[in-house]
Formats: sequence, structure tokens, C-alpha cells
Amino acid sequence: MAKLTEKTINFMGIRRIASVVSLASVALSIVILAINGLNLGLDFTGGTSVEFSYEQAPSLEDVRQTLDEAGYDEFVVQNFGDETSVLVRLRQDFDDELASRITGDLRAAGDNLDMVRAEFVGSQVGDQLKEDSGLGLLLALFVVLIYVGMRFQFKFGVASVLPLAHDVIVVLGIFSLFQWTFDLSVLAALLAVIGYSLNDTIIVSDRIRENFRKLRTGTTEEVVNHSITETLSRTLNTSGTTLAVLLSLYFLGGEAIHNFSVALIIGIIVGTYSSIYVSANLLIVLGVTRDDLIVPPKEGAAGQEEEEQPPEWLNRM
Amino acid sequence: MLNKFPLWKNLVILVAVVIGFIYALPNLFPDDYAIQITGARSSTQVDQATLNQAVEALQQGGIEVKDASLNPPDALIRVNNAEAQLKARPVVQEALGREYLVALNMAPTTPEWLRSIGAGPMKLGLDLRGGVHFLLEVDMASALQKRLEVFASEMKRELREERIRYRGGDVGEGNTIELTFRDEASREEAFDLVRNQYNQFLLDETEGEDGQPKLVLTLSEQEVTQIEDYALQQNLTTIRNRVNELGVAEPLVQRQGRDRIVVELPGVQDTAQAKRVLGATANLEFRIEARQDAPDSATEVYPFRDNADRTARLEQEIIVTGENVANAQQAFDENGQPQVNITMDGTGGDMMTRATRDAIKRRMAVLFIEYRTETVERRVDGEMREVEERKVERSIISLATIQSTLGSSFRITGLDSTTEAAELALLLRAGSLAAPMYFVQERTIGPSLGQKNIDAGVMSVTVGLALVLLYMLVYYRFFGLVANTALAINLMLLVACMSILSATLTLPGIAGIVLTVGMAVDANVLIFERIKEELRLGVPPQSAINAGFSRAFVSIFDANITTLLVAIILFAMGSGPVKGFAVTLCIGILTSMFTALLVSRAIINMIYGGRKVEKLAIGGKLANG
Repeated sequence: MAKLTEKTINFMGIRRIASVVSLASVALSIVILAINGLNLGLDFTGGTSVEFSYEQAPSLEDVRQTLDEAGYDEFVVQNFGDETSVLVRLRQDFDDELASRITGDLRAAGDNLDMVRAEFVGSQVGDQLKEDSGLGLLLALFVVLIYVGMRFQFKFGVASVLPLAHDVIVVLGIFSLFQWTFDLSVLAALLAVIGYSLNDTIIVSDRIRENFRKLRTGTTEEVVNHSITETLSRTLNTSGTTLAVLLSLYFLGGEAIHNFSVALIIGIIVGTYSSIYVSANLLIVLGVTRDDLIVPPKEGAAGQEEEEQPPEWLNRM
Repeated sequence: MLNKFPLWKNLVILVAVVIGFIYALPNLFPDDYAIQITGARSSTQVDQATLNQAVEALQQGGIEVKDASLNPPDALIRVNNAEAQLKARPVVQEALGREYLVALNMAPTTPEWLRSIGAGPMKLGLDLRGGVHFLLEVDMASALQKRLEVFASEMKRELREERIRYRGGDVGEGNTIELTFRDEASREEAFDLVRNQYNQFLLDETEGEDGQPKLVLTLSEQEVTQIEDYALQQNLTTIRNRVNELGVAEPLVQRQGRDRIVVELPGVQDTAQAKRVLGATANLEFRIEARQDAPDSATEVYPFRDNADRTARLEQEIIVTGENVANAQQAFDENGQPQVNITMDGTGGDMMTRATRDAIKRRMAVLFIEYRTETVERRVDGEMREVEERKVERSIISLATIQSTLGSSFRITGLDSTTEAAELALLLRAGSLAAPMYFVQERTIGPSLGQKNIDAGVMSVTVGLALVLLYMLVYYRFFGLVANTALAINLMLLVACMSILSATLTLPGIAGIVLTVGMAVDANVLIFERIKEELRLGVPPQSAINAGFSRAFVSIFDANITTLLVAIILFAMGSGPVKGFAVTLCIGILTSMFTALLVSRAIINMIYGGRKVEKLAIGGKLANG
């Protein structure tokens, strides 16, 4: 059976420094968010919608490029009804000048076009969606707390929910710091980060639980170190392959998914870090001991291994 | 320990994979770009002659027609690409004239045998392929009128209670209410009362034509804006609810300007159907049938919805409207006839109880109110022109005898079909509108991301996946191949499930898929690392495989179930993009658990199971390698 070997990496040796780093980055992120706020995208803020009628069907790519060069920073260009009609949505607030300025910029590119109408558009994300999503997220975290608390132990529940909050806050902080646009795709990425980080945390926790039950010796720190070492190759492989997909999205995916892939890349890195240095660290801080996990010994079964077994139906396979 | 699945288990896996393959298949047949021809009025049917005329016009215009088919009452002409489609629409419209509506559409190319088992491609979202765009206008005048009428009746009641005698009290031009008094004294009294209670109004003392003292109350600009804002917000919320009721599609609903709402729906094939659900800018009223001897002034006559010749006389007074409906479900009565079970909110229930208590054995009508725009020809400035005319149509859906006092829950029977019952339930559930709304524009829009971005996105996902497959193959050798096969099957099953649920794929959905791929790879990595660990400890290969799978199972199970819980909650609570993400994640977790635990295992069992194995091709330096 597995023993504490010399190969075990002393992850928890720097856990005090890691605690300071984690707490500081969360605090810093909150401060940055409070000062800078998020640079919300068109989906959240609404803006201006302008419809153009071209004499000759334009190439939408050219229209995008013209607008880009003219310095508009967030816009959507799409065909509207037929190929000579183009709809442009911009984040800038509506004013009469804006519409004529865009018309001027597009005409300067050599196209023959007329502005059909320009209007203010509200946000795509309703207040209700914001409320419901926020509430949904809190409920989800709560359910995770309960589930992990029941399947593992309450301390594990806390140690799997707090890292998620940590990851979300840090990613938001970075977006706020660099004022990258936060739109619906980034929101989706953030949700994916939560899913990924949760997955990572549970796998590490699972091994810690198993080792507590299996290993008879060693301090909590040693068991945690051993568990993380054992799962390290899995962690590196999984994070590595996921990062490979995301880096490919980042470099080849075009500008539309730039922010989306950046959010995921940061999230995966932070999430991997947090499954070790926030989650496992918290377990030690909360004082998880062998006694928390050992099922009260049944008569005649004392001293036997208490190992989580897969359900019967799986074994029958 | 032979690591062998019983035959039935292999068969179950095989069947699941084959079914997945069949239902994923339609996605390989890209939709045709098409234009749809519909009669401008519901009485106009498109016939073969009209279709031939359209096809001829297209051929003369140099646009190649791929196929033209008549599916009464509509017709569909398929063309080769998006460019041809955009060119074709004005050509056909020109040729056919205003009798017909010509709309852009996408026509599935799924073979008949696949369609007959309900297989179809998954829909692509607004960002990836565009959709239909509707512009709705909220009738603000009507919203104001409605609000003013409420103010006026409250005011009149209070004046009566204070015994101040007045005449008038009707809503007039320019958001005003006019009251006429017998003498200055009562006007002063009324002035004080109104000024204290209704500070939304500006008061003006004038004299009527007959020299009597008059009070003109004008709604303040600020209050007008507030009422309009409220009406728009309420309608916006209602539309969002309705659109969300449509399912997992990811719509765009946003305010435009002062009184307009933009709705964009992805992947919609039948704009008429979308319009009906969205649109139905409908409301319901519950009213009691008038007694024989009721004076005409207190009653109104309405036709039945299914038979305009049949009419009924109803009391003018409304018991409750659709606004008080808390929930509505489609169901069937004892005779298998469709019905809608309705639950009212507290106020609605009270009002219903009060009204029906004294009306047992009388009949109650459910009045359906629909606001719509019709194109009619009219003489404007001496010229015949097409004018958009707004119409309000009221018709009776059901007229049923009240058997006992109705409370907060009751049912509506006498509906024609299950479709009608489902639509009615949906409309009632999704809330009603604060003000009538009309369609002012309907267009087809292109993908908002742009083709270049979509192509880049597809390319990057392909490259990313290739990297993962390659890495797994190099790192885990034969077991990597197994994992890759499982991953491919996983993606296929995911696409199949999304197609069956007719979920919409959007950018956030792709985020869900990327995460799913990550978790699917993770499940295999967990299993393989476990097997390697066991081998390192000197466990023989067959036992190592078995131990690897069963030990990793606990981790995979816990990790996936927690993520699944999160996904389910996000699906239930969220809307739009959050919902889209949650759908792909939910399905993805289930398919990846299936493929990692069963498909991978089945393949490994087939290769290694049931025989003596010396060495596993799982890569890495192993103690007993």
C-alpha cells in the first residue's frame, strides 16, 4: 500500500506565503473593481444602432475595418434584411452627431451610402437576468456547499466554495485592471471557470479524503502534500490540454473570442492554483483531521480500511 | 477479474452510439438558403402559377434556382448561397407584387428518412448565423389613456365620497381630465382635494362654454415619462419571459428609442410561428355573460373566435385580466379534451371569488384580445396608398357555466386543439402586456460575429482539438487512442442531444463545449493515471485496469455531479446566454461520464479483457513495465 514517500513534494511548505498572496490578490481585486469598475460591453450597456443603405452591396469586412480604423472600439456589423442594408451597433451613447460622424467615416472609405435611421438601443441583458443570474450563482454555490458537506465533510464544503469566489474575484479584478471589455461571452467564460475550478478542487479533495482513510501516519500537512503530489500528473495533463485548446482559441480564434479566451486562460491558471493553495490550504487552516473522515468503526471491522467504494452497479459491470 | 463486459452491456453502448450517430447526422447537411413566399392575407394561398412566375423572374435575373416547392399555403424556393438569397428576395417581391410576402428563410436539407424520425440539425445562434429581427412598437397613447382612466375613476369616487357635485370626469385630449362644477365653492373644494391627492397633475381653473366653473387636470410631463417608462419596461419583461418560454434558444430582446422593442430570434424557420408566440400581443379578460334584461349600455356583444357568426352579450365590467394570472398549464379533461388550468394571484383570486359568488349557474366568458397591424388600401391625399392600420380584435374563447364559486384556481375548457391550449397557457404564463404592442418591422439579419470571425473560431477549435488528441496519443499510447475515440463519441453524442432538444449553439454554448472537452479529457486522464499508479505499485495489468476505473470513478462522480448541480441551477435560474451555456454543460457532463466510464472501458475490455496481459500500452516508465 501507498506510503509517504520521499518523492512527495512539499506543496504546503509555502502555504503561509500562498495565503498572503491569495488574500492580497482578492483584496487588491476588490479595490481595483471598486475604483475602476468593469468595462461593460455593448450587451450590458446598450448604445446606438444605425442602419445604412448602400448603393452597392458592401463587404462587411471592409465596413468593420473602416470603423475599426476610425477608432470605434466596440461595434457589431451585420446585414439587415437585404445585402445592401447594413446595421451597425455601437457602444457609444446615442447622439445625433455620432450617426452623422459614422456616415462620414464610411463615406470617406469610398462607398455610396445613406443613413436610414439612428436610434438608441437599451441593453440586451435585462435587470431581471442580472438578478436571476446572481441569485442562481449564489444558490449554486450554496448547493455545492451542502453536497460536498454531505458527501465529504462540512470543512471540505467550505474549502470547495471559497476557492470559486476567489477565482471569480481575481478574474474580474484582472479584467477591471486592464479595462478589458466584459461582455456576455466573458460572463460565459467566467461560468466555465467556476465549473473547471470546482472540478479541480473536488478531485484534489477526493484524494485527500482517500489518503486520510488509507494512510495511517503523517500529519495533515503531509497527507495533503502527498495527495497533491499524487494528483499532480493528472492536474498538469488536464490543465495542459485545456490550455492548449484555449491558447489555440486565443491565437487563431479571431478578435471576437479574444476576451472570452483570455478570461478562460486566466481562469484555468487561477483555478488550478486555487485548488491547491486556496482549497487544500483552507483544509489545513480549518483543521481537518483524520477523525473528521473516518467512519465510526463498526464492530469487528476495526482496523480495516475505510475506503470509498464505487456503487454496486458499477462493480457488476 | 477478466475485465469483460457482458454482451448486453456492449449492446447497450453500441445502441446508444448508433442512435447518437443518427441524430447527430443531420448536422452534416447544411441548411439551404431559401426564400419563402406567403400570402399577404391569410385568405391568399400561394399556387403553382405564382411559384412558376417567381422562378421565371429569378431565372431572368440570372439567379440559379436549386429547387422550388409548394407546401400550401406557402412556397419555398431554394438557392445556392446567402448572396443569391439576398438578391433573390427583391426580385421575387417585384415579380409577385404586394399580394405576397417574400421572406428569407433557411430550409433543412436533412434527408426525408432522418426527418421522419424527428432528427434535425441543431440551431445556430444569432452570433453565428443571424436570425429574424422584429421591431415592436408600444402603443404609448393607449398606455396613457388606460392609466388616466384609472385616475379619473378614482377621482370621481373620491369626489362622490366628499359629496362634491361634478359633471364630466372623462379623459380628454392632451392627457387631461375635465371636471365641471355647479359653483365656485365646489370647484375650490375639489381643487384642494385633487391638489393634495394627485400631485401628478397640473391644475388649471377655467370656465366652460356655458360659463360654469371648470377644472382641467393635465398630467405632468414627468408623470407621462414615468408611465411610458413603466409600460415599456413591463412589456420588455413580458416579451423576455415569452421568448424564454420558447425554450433554449438565445434571443436578443432590447429597448430601442423611446417606445420600441427589438426582438431577434436565432435559427427560426417559420417567422409566422415566431410572430404568433411573441406576438401575440394578446391579453385575456374574464367577464360574465349579461342577463337578458340588462340595458344595452352596460353590455357588449362579441363574436366567438372559432365561429364569427356566433356571438354573445357580455357585461361591460371586467372581472380580472390576464395580468392577474400566476400560472397556467395545459392539461386534458375527463373526456380527453384540451383545457388550460389557471392559477390566479392573490388579488385575482379574491376578485374572481367575489364576482362568481353571486353568479352561479350564469356563464362566464374568456375574452381574447389581440392587437395587430393590417395593411389596407386607403385614399390618402386623393391617392390610393397602402396604410398600416392598427386593429384590436376581441373574441370569445370559451363561454362556460359557473358551477360553483371560483377561487384562485380554475380551468378554461372548450379549446379547439392541444396546440391552442399550449399557446394560450404559454401566453398566460408569460405575463401580459402593460400596453398594446404592434409589429412595425420584420427583417432577416446576418450573423453578428461576422463570417471571418466564425471561420477563425472554427479553425481555432479544430487546431485546439487536434493538439489535445495528439498529446493524448503521444502520452498515453494505445490508451490515448481509446481516450480520443471516447472524446469523439462524446462530441457526437453532445451534438446529437443538442439537436434532439433543438438547443441553440452560440458562443457561450461553445464555452460550455470547451469545458466539456476539458472534463471529458480529465475523466480519462484520471482513470489512466490511476491505472499507472496501480501498475507502479506492482499490481498486475488486469487488476490495475479494474482498480483504475473503479477508484477514479469516485472522483469523477463527485466532480461531475457537483458541476452538474451548478449547471442545472444555472439552467433553471438563468436566461439567454447563461441558459445556453448551462444546457451544453449539462448535456456535456452526462455524455462525458457515459463515454469515459463506459465507452472507454468497453474498448479497453475488448482489447485487453478476458486474456492474460503482460504489458499495457499506456506510456511512461512503469515499475513492472
